[in-house]
Amino acid sequence: MIRTALLVAAKDLRIERRSRVLLWQVLPFGVMALVLSGLALGPTHAGHSSAGPGLFYLVMLLVALLMINRSQVIEGTPGTKASVATLGLDPAGVFLGKALALAVELWLTGLVLLGGSVLVLHTALVGTLSALPSVVVTLAALAAAGTLYGALSGGGQGPATLLPVLSLPAFSPLLIAGERSFSAALHGGGLWRWWLISLVALVAYLGVGILLYGVLEES
Amino acid sequence: MSSPSPEVTLRDAVVLVGGFPLLSGVNLELAPSSLTVVTGANGAGKTSLLRLLAGLVALTSGAGVVAGVDLRGDLRELRRRVGWLGHEGSFYDDLSASENLVFAAKALERPTSEVANVLERVGLASRATTSTKQLSAGQRRRLGLAWLLLRRPALWLLDEPYASLDDEGRTFFDQLIGDVVAGGATVVVSAHDPLRSSELAPRTVTLAGGLVVADRS
Repeated sequence: MIRTALLVAAKDLRIERRSRVLLWQVLPFGVMALVLSGLALGPTHAGHSSAGPGLFYLVMLLVALLMINRSQVIEGTPGTKASVATLGLDPAGVFLGKALALAVELWLTGLVLLGGSVLVLHTALVGTLSALPSVVVTLAALAAAGTLYGALSGGGQGPATLLPVLSLPAFSPLLIAGERSFSAALHGGGLWRWWLISLVALVAYLGVGILLYGVLEES
Repeated sequence: MSSPSPEVTLRDAVVLVGGFPLLSGVNLELAPSSLTVVTGANGAGKTSLLRLLAGLVALTSGAGVVAGVDLRGDLRELRRRVGWLGHEGSFYDDLSASENLVFAAKALERPTSEVANVLERVGLASRATTSTKQLSAGQRRRLGLAWLLLRRPALWLLDEPYASLDDEGRTFFDQLIGDVVAGGATVVVSAHDPLRSSELAPRTVTLAGGLVVADRS
């Protein structure tokens, strides 16, 4: 399972490196969304607003939806799907690999957007750095949930609107926990309590994905 | 001495997708180490028959055994035993020809050193580092064959392999299919027309409306 996971993750990341979709499409979109969020608050309020963590996770959610869809589409062309099916890869390993690759992509995007939130939304640098562990865990949970819901919504072949509709209710607790822990890192409060919620969600989604990804692929 | 068990046995095989019959009761037996061409008009059920044999669609009713696996059993196990070359293209477009094959080799736990050999055999050694999306349709077919050569399955299922091929490509395919059958594998090819090569002398099964309407050896 682990061998398959590493193989699939390496393949997905290589495809991203070759296609540069993350670099030239997703990242600019995320940065623009963050800048627009700052503009929506207005230059006077952006630096003093407590909305920074929430806006960061809102932009990460939009970015994650794009990347989840992309992660599924590369597997979704009928010929590729059939050929890869005959390789007999362990579905649990495929799930872990795709979730790992997606997590790496979200972490990279998250780092850029955290820097952007310091610059554009003026979140405190020290507080933002303190939030890093919780951001890492929350984005990993988002990747695990996203991989699961990406397969559930048709693996890149279903209607494009299905993924957001299905996944947003599942993502909401993660976003709330992430926003609360980021806010706690910036302004003080129960940082670890929210961080633990994200960690439990990560473990739960990984467990469900390992058990059910094969069934979702078959259906 | 008894004859070897058939590689493929279908009895009244029906495949329904969304209530629409893709196969309407196919009866078929294919011997090991044989070449069969499945012909028929568009929508006759050629691709559906091959997909059933590959375990890519489920049997709705009837019975079948393919490569020793019951079609009502573990289709994942069946997929591991067959080789599939679809007409849609079979690869990750953003990876190079070599990277696609290295991925397959690692998945199959084969030495990656075999990749260079199969690329050489299908005439793609000079395009090893070319992105798959930049390959021509004929070169993509050859890459599909390289994928199968790497896998060495007992049952080869080739869906419209001659589409988009020039004369040289068709001759190459015919030669390779002949070698594969001589090596003991069973090959099923779907095509609009009977095979051009008289040397291969395949059995020709004609489908219409999801049924076998002619079977000529």
